[in-house]
Amino acid sequence: MAKLTYVYKVFERFWHWSQAFLILFLAVTGFEIHGSFNLMGFDAAVRWHNYAIWALVWLIVFAIFWHFTTGEWRQYIPTTKFIKAQVEYYITGIFRGAPHPTKKTVYNKFNPLQRFVYLGLKIFAIPVQIITGFLYYYYKYPSGGEIQSIDMVNLELVAIIHTIGAFALIAFVIAHVYLTTTGHKPTAAIKAMITGWEELDHDEDDVEKRPEES
Amino acid sequence: MKNKLIPFLAIVLIPQIFIAIAILDKPKQMNPEVLEALRVEVANKPKKAVDHGKFAELQKDFKTPQEVTQACLSCHTERGDELLNNHHWLWEREAFIEGRGVVYLGKKNLINNFCTGIGGSESTCNKCHAGYGWDENGFDFTQQHNMDCLVCHDNTRTYEKASGGAAGYPPVDGPFAPDYNFITANVGMPTKYNCGYCHFYSAGGNNIKHGHLEEALLNTTRDVDVHMNREGMDMSCTDCHKTQNHVMLGRYYGTASNDYNRATCTQCHGVKPHAVGKLNEHTVKVACQTCHIPTYAKVNPTKIYWDWSTACDLQDGRPYEMMDSTGRISYQSIKGTAYWESNVEPEYVWFNGQADHMLASDSITEFPVKINTLFGDYYDPKAQIWPVKIHRGKQPFDPNYHRVLKAKLWDKEPGKGGLWVDFNWETSLTEGMRIAGLPWSGEWEFVETEMYLPISHMVSPKEMALGCTDCHTREGSRLENLTDFYMPGRDRNATVDIIGILLILGTLGGVLLHGTLRIVMARKRNQ
Repeated sequence: MAKLTYVYKVFERFWHWSQAFLILFLAVTGFEIHGSFNLMGFDAAVRWHNYAIWALVWLIVFAIFWHFTTGEWRQYIPTTKFIKAQVEYYITGIFRGAPHPTKKTVYNKFNPLQRFVYLGLKIFAIPVQIITGFLYYYYKYPSGGEIQSIDMVNLELVAIIHTIGAFALIAFVIAHVYLTTTGHKPTAAIKAMITGWEELDHDEDDVEKRPEES
Repeated sequence: MKNKLIPFLAIVLIPQIFIAIAILDKPKQMNPEVLEALRVEVANKPKKAVDHGKFAELQKDFKTPQEVTQACLSCHTERGDELLNNHHWLWEREAFIEGRGVVYLGKKNLINNFCTGIGGSESTCNKCHAGYGWDENGFDFTQQHNMDCLVCHDNTRTYEKASGGAAGYPPVDGPFAPDYNFITANVGMPTKYNCGYCHFYSAGGNNIKHGHLEEALLNTTRDVDVHMNREGMDMSCTDCHKTQNHVMLGRYYGTASNDYNRATCTQCHGVKPHAVGKLNEHTVKVACQTCHIPTYAKVNPTKIYWDWSTACDLQDGRPYEMMDSTGRISYQSIKGTAYWESNVEPEYVWFNGQADHMLASDSITEFPVKINTLFGDYYDPKAQIWPVKIHRGKQPFDPNYHRVLKAKLWDKEPGKGGLWVDFNWETSLTEGMRIAGLPWSGEWEFVETEMYLPISHMVSPKEMALGCTDCHTREGSRLENLTDFYMPGRDRNATVDIIGILLILGTLGGVLLHGTLRIVMARKRNQ
């Protein structure tokens, strides 16, 4: 039985779309700095890449706070249960019009693949980008009357890791956007992320799947 | 659905605000008061305390320039002692060079990449010595009365030193013989004209050697030199090359070796002169000059290539000259072939303030021969990227002793080995090496030589300074030859880029394929 359900809270949507915008903005300015194309000019690209990362860092600080205070962090606990079924669904089932192997609920809104990928994003990909990015930008910095330097011999390693991370994030965004079309209707997931409301199947045993709440 | 409007607007508006700020954002400007304070400081010049025209000592009929010097020293009793140790007097400095130890180097004994050196030609080269009488027979560097005070302190612009073998003496008679009473009545701190009297004309003519020191600076515009601009601060050399007790700040690394007493931009502008932090951070690795002197030889051309191997060609037994279409001398029998350039983009090297110099006794193993070597690389915390004029040329070389050969260039009389008189390499090399006290095998060939001259003058206005993409660009970066470090915008790991692009294309292709297949299969199911 499908029922319109309020899945994504205001902050969650704000965080999601701001982060999406910032990552795209960072990708565009970042690859301009990388020398891949000319758009806003190197000078402006550097400046705005730097502003955007501060915006993203603040956003992430709030997002971390939100995840822990709401208990939403539990949604990212990885599980191997149904992971094979989920992979098989994307490889074969989806073409046959088979039902989703896992059921989305307010308390379990990510399938096992999403859990792995989003957790990897949160604790690996984004931190790596932020750390290498900060080293990249601030390995020389003014302090007092002088310019101080972190004793980093060469920028090259940091820059290469940062570039790899950027490519990986873009690939993620492409796959992520595509996979939003695999819901009930192709636009259902995007609509849900904008409005917060999504049609979810409700069973009687819904309550049992609920993770413990404090 | 009312409650969804607000988050939706927030979602849409916030990125738009961000974009709007990005578009409207202007680079920060430096506080104009900082430069204004510097202007006031430079403009504040003390008035002369004395009128030298009223001194009885300076009214007498001077027969020789030495009498003038003695008159100077009779009041300025200690100044002679100061100059005794000055490089303008000694033409050498004590230096410590890694691998050589303590050495005494300067114009006195070094080979350069232009007229090659003074050895054997002192009486003509030493027109620019701040003294009287240094010729081929040597010079007593302890005799203060032979110091030339006037070449630096004449403020009338009428004092001349004679050319053609006068060993630093002024003309005795003729239109250029100095009027000592007029000149001594108008002495003062050295002006641009005084410094330029020698430094603008080094290597035999205006701007030939340095490329950024030339007579155009006497009367110039903001575009050419922002400090010497006649309509601006009209600064003189000594405003930066501050001097106390005849010790000047500044050194020319064609002859100097060590990093002390240098005249720097930061002595006035500080180490954080930019409003933008990122630019200040660049100064850790980039010299001010690199961005702020985008081109040199902005008015008159400078010699960038001097090939001695073609010298001594004669027409009907006589030396000759040829000019190129712009009136620059492209060939001289006495000097060989020359290339000139104007508005030259410098080359760039790492430089930590320490330099080495080829000595005539060095055994050469690497070509082109480095007449001088500027030390430093990316990993050297003291090194910065510097703009340099690399003057290239060809000089005679002993293939058996592996030494650059020193020719005697000039003599008053023919038949004494002077190349510019006799046009005979063999006799002038024989004589030159005899004077240098070094053996030579009797054979010679010409090898390529390079000399590195850091550029510090002709500072451009800030709006003409280099921008980010002059260096941070994949193609045609000004720093494309400095490859010992990673520079954003210029460098990348090609493998990472290829794999990354394949990853993105693969993902795109994958989702397109997957999506198409879904649509096709859904249609089939519906039929």
